[in-house]
Amino acid sequence: MAHVDAQMSATEAPALRFARAALWGFARVFSILLVLVVWEALARSGKYTPYQLPALTAVLGRIWDDAVTGDLAINTALTLYRALVSFAICAVLGTAIGMAMSRNKIANWFFDPIVSVGFPMPKIAFLPVVILWLGVYDVSKITIIVIDAIFPVIAATVVGIQAVERELIWSARNMGATNREVLTQVVFPAALPQIMTGLQVALPLTLIVAVVAEMLMGGYGLGGAMMTASRFANSVGVFAGIVEIAVIGYVMVKGMSMIRRRLLIWHQEANEPTTA
Amino acid sequence: MKTLIRYTPLLLIAIAWELVARFELVSTTALPPLSDVIRAWIDMIKDGELITNGAASMYRGMAGLGLAIIVGAILGIAMAWWKPVNVLLAPIVEVFYPLPKSALIPVTVIWLGFGDGSKILLIFLGCMLPVTIGAFNGARSSEQVLVWSARSMGANKLRMLWDVVVPSAMPEMLNGIRTALALSFILLVSAELIVAQQGFGHLIGSLGANGSYDAMYAVVLTVAFLGFAADRLYLLITRWTFAWRM
Repeated sequence: MAHVDAQMSATEAPALRFARAALWGFARVFSILLVLVVWEALARSGKYTPYQLPALTAVLGRIWDDAVTGDLAINTALTLYRALVSFAICAVLGTAIGMAMSRNKIANWFFDPIVSVGFPMPKIAFLPVVILWLGVYDVSKITIIVIDAIFPVIAATVVGIQAVERELIWSARNMGATNREVLTQVVFPAALPQIMTGLQVALPLTLIVAVVAEMLMGGYGLGGAMMTASRFANSVGVFAGIVEIAVIGYVMVKGMSMIRRRLLIWHQEANEPTTA
Repeated sequence: MKTLIRYTPLLLIAIAWELVARFELVSTTALPPLSDVIRAWIDMIKDGELITNGAASMYRGMAGLGLAIIVGAILGIAMAWWKPVNVLLAPIVEVFYPLPKSALIPVTVIWLGFGDGSKILLIFLGCMLPVTIGAFNGARSSEQVLVWSARSMGANKLRMLWDVVVPSAMPEMLNGIRTALALSFILLVSAELIVAQQGFGHLIGSLGANGSYDAMYAVVLTVAFLGFAADRLYLLITRWTFAWRM
């Protein structure tokens, strides 16, 4: 869509082009602003109690207070730490298992049924079991996040490697590449777009599960802070938590697609117009 | 026979579980033997505990997911069909899609209390956007040739929407619904674990608090199996219904 607009505007006068760009830029944020204004207006209309719907300004004030006292930094850092450490484990372990499955018959025999049964399961149900085994601290939080988020990475790696063109591997072999070189220099890069897609599915999952684990186990972290606020019927705190988590989720997802574009700059998909 | 060989690793894990627990290599509170878990499961089926709680969970899941599919599909196709709708909604979708939906659990409780309503709202909000995005991408990529030929054959706009755009949005939308199905289980169980008076998650929590771990394992495995079975059933139904696409 942006493609067509760019072509059209290329033939227009610069002033007109600027006006058009400004209008589109405004249209992009217009509905967000509308939502925020409606939120504030509804909260002030007196139809809802501040408990049901605290004003946006009150929520922003609360976030500001948290930022000043340093609570925001601690909670955000802890949640991010748990989510990102788990994500790193999922990325490394998931790709390794996926690669092992596509290269080794025994690994495939063992992991294939586990992945095909485990992938669609709601693994969050194992949270109480993990608490029972590992307690309520970071180890168990990270464990449950990894259990939940590793399956998309494994599945994407297996599918990605299966789809690598035979000709690529044959020609690398022909030129005298060792097995190891074929794997690291041909198969892995060729499967990387699929693997990245798997990682892009896993990343939001780590945050979803991190928040649930924190809510259930308590302690510091954005999820824990929201739960504490909700126990004390402090709905400003609850809404502040949502806004904070929303911002983190947005930044993480956008950052991930930026990394994807950077890593896959050599791939033909980099030239295609991006959706979303 | 082939499936039996395929699934032997799962069988081996089950046997290893039973042996490890029977010979008390780990404490039986942490890992009750599989046979005890099965016995607890049968007991809970008999006294109806598992069925009433399960029915409550299933009702919430289906109601939330059903609403999400209907509203999500309509929104997605509308966004692809009418540009103003897209301009208005696309930024909102873009901002809310990456929001980890589990963060909404306390808010849905503030709005609708501890009962069914808050879970249905949570699942609806959490599962709608994958369906919307699937329907949007599918409808947008509906082949121009089809649209043109329908138009040249004199189809009016509404007919074209129904006969051309909706069917071509189907495959991607069905993928979106599959994502939503998995997500609905995650949200349902998390919400029930955190605040509920009924349902699978609540049952798991209260059994764990009582220390009846064999029963807790039984419920956990039941939920996991249901999630798996729902996914497989969904795949079967879509393959069977949409055989014309393949």
